[in-house]
Amino acid sequence: MKTTIDATPEIAQNAPVNPRRRVYRPNAKYIPILATLVLLLAMYIGGLANLAHFDDPRVVVNLFRDNAVLLVVAVGMTFVILTGGIDLSVGAVISLTTTLTATLLQGGWPPLLVLPLVLVLGALLGSGMGAVIQYFKVEPFIATLAGLFLARGLALYINQESIPIRDKLWVTLSDLRIPLFDGVKTTLIAVVALVVVLIAAAVLAWTRFGRNVYAIGGSADSALLMGLPVARTRVLVYTISGFCAALGGVLFTINSTSGHALQGAGTELDAIAACVIGGVLLTGGSGYVFGTLLGVMVFGLISTIINFQGDLNAAWTRIVVGVLLFGFIVLQRLVTRRAR
Amino acid sequence: MTFLKNRLFWPIAILVAMLIVNVFTSHEFLTIHDGHLFGTLIDIIRGSAPLMLVALGMTLVISTGGIDLSVGSVMAISGAVACLLIKDLSDQNAVGAVLLIVAVSIGVSALLGLWNGTLVAVVGIQPIIATLILMVAGRGLAQLITDGQIINVQSNPYASIATGFFLTLPVAFLIAMAAVALTAVLTRRTALGLLLESVGGSPAASRLAGIRARRITMMVYVVSGAFAGLAGLIVSADIKSADSIHAGDLIELDAILAVVIGGTALIGGRFSIIGTVIGALLIQTLTVTVVGVGVPPKATLLFKAVIVVALCLSQSPVFREKVFGRFKPRPAVRAEVTA
Repeated sequence: MKTTIDATPEIAQNAPVNPRRRVYRPNAKYIPILATLVLLLAMYIGGLANLAHFDDPRVVVNLFRDNAVLLVVAVGMTFVILTGGIDLSVGAVISLTTTLTATLLQGGWPPLLVLPLVLVLGALLGSGMGAVIQYFKVEPFIATLAGLFLARGLALYINQESIPIRDKLWVTLSDLRIPLFDGVKTTLIAVVALVVVLIAAAVLAWTRFGRNVYAIGGSADSALLMGLPVARTRVLVYTISGFCAALGGVLFTINSTSGHALQGAGTELDAIAACVIGGVLLTGGSGYVFGTLLGVMVFGLISTIINFQGDLNAAWTRIVVGVLLFGFIVLQRLVTRRAR
Repeated sequence: MTFLKNRLFWPIAILVAMLIVNVFTSHEFLTIHDGHLFGTLIDIIRGSAPLMLVALGMTLVISTGGIDLSVGSVMAISGAVACLLIKDLSDQNAVGAVLLIVAVSIGVSALLGLWNGTLVAVVGIQPIIATLILMVAGRGLAQLITDGQIINVQSNPYASIATGFFLTLPVAFLIAMAAVALTAVLTRRTALGLLLESVGGSPAASRLAGIRARRITMMVYVVSGAFAGLAGLIVSADIKSADSIHAGDLIELDAILAVVIGGTALIGGRFSIIGTVIGALLIQTLTVTVVGVGVPPKATLLFKAVIVVALCLSQSPVFREKVFGRFKPRPAVRAEVTA
């Protein structure tokens, strides 16, 4: 501030009056999300310029199919992080859901009973952790770590092997193709993931519950003093995260028509990283579901490009993700520091 | 009845209970073979060494209000560096060269810790995210070092880090104990521990009080990295190879758990080294006991979850108040202090 006035006093005086001098300045709260969008576009354009067949619209459409599970889980994680918490159990809940679904279906349970059952189970696990966090003041990190051990332990206890799913409904859903345009088709799970994103964005933007989530993340004490239902909101947020993780597990079983207890290991950190890349602040109170969507797309595009490139191995994928994560966090840090 | 209120009472009670179970269930609890101590008890203290080292570094990091998620990846890198260098030695059994390589690996790990510390203290990134970067990228680096393979080495001096015995006790355990003793002396016999807790309580206030908060924050991440590197060497020496994918997998969560069981608060500002040692022993004993009792190993995580929930609830003041509070006469006036 001081330097601009000292260096260019005339411009500084004229700036508010002269319309030609007025530059578009986005609201500071949108800067992280815009930065992600710009990087995503730059990556896509870079891919178009350098890689053959990258201009196929299927590249974009498949991003949603390949990352549907991560997307759904990351949406749930967004709610939790917005309140200033963290949920380490989501990967384990995916494991539990895929194993349980596959085992029950193999045992001949009706699919229309299995589906709601596993979703409710995920939600219940989440609300249990939320209750422990809210009512016994256990750190979210520790409470959800216990949830991780519990869910992964249950999954391993049920079955350690990969279990194929032969159920008719699951196979039908897995084979279902939804035509979009010009012969480009997508799968059911991509559509479900996108619907989840839209619902979550609407809930956060337009409902009282959404506003409470932001308020708790800003300051739980102030929210309490304002008379907001902090306890209910916080428990609900973990319930949503548990539900989303279970839904992610179901989507996984539909995609692969199998269940495995080790599936989903590490998804929690991918989801947290996607949120952070998308501009959701880990301290809570700031961020958008669409940012998380962009974060997941960044993750997906990195692996797509690495697949197209063909000569980079898995080790490089991790390193590139780490470097990008670093770049984003530093950028975010600079942006938020200036905004203050 | 004051000992019942001690934070470490329940962890120690559970630890002792599990050890007693082991006396009955294990084939040999504690015997002497060829001048060495052998048995389940020795297995427990030998097996707990890597976790103890990692948890020790984690304790210091958490005492400053931070967290270090990258320890598992640092372990993988340290093991990979050591095995890569040892494999190229003309004589893999040369003690001097192996010691030098061990020092290099620990140095590399300390540098990785410095990277974490710089991100946290200088750039000002949240610790959980700053260390998440190295957690993600580090395993990739380790895979790159080993070229995606498992590097096997045939070095007896290297293997003795994990499997050797000295004064009838396992070398790995002695290394961990030396680290514990050194840390305890440095933090409790000098002002360092006080400074750490001060930085954990409030970095800004301690800076105003003349404490170099930044330097102290960086130092704890360096120490955490170096200890993780040492733990990585023990794990890799135990299997005489570098497994960049599985070395130290999920150990960060176990380490945090050990720290929390030991009564160190995750928000920082206070820490207990002896608590962490007991926490690490408890986790390792739990793993050994569950298998020893005859429960299938896959159920270990379930037991862990139950113990975590029980211990954390027993340490939660709100839970104590709600569950045990009604049996006590309430004071007439009670000041409500919300954290």
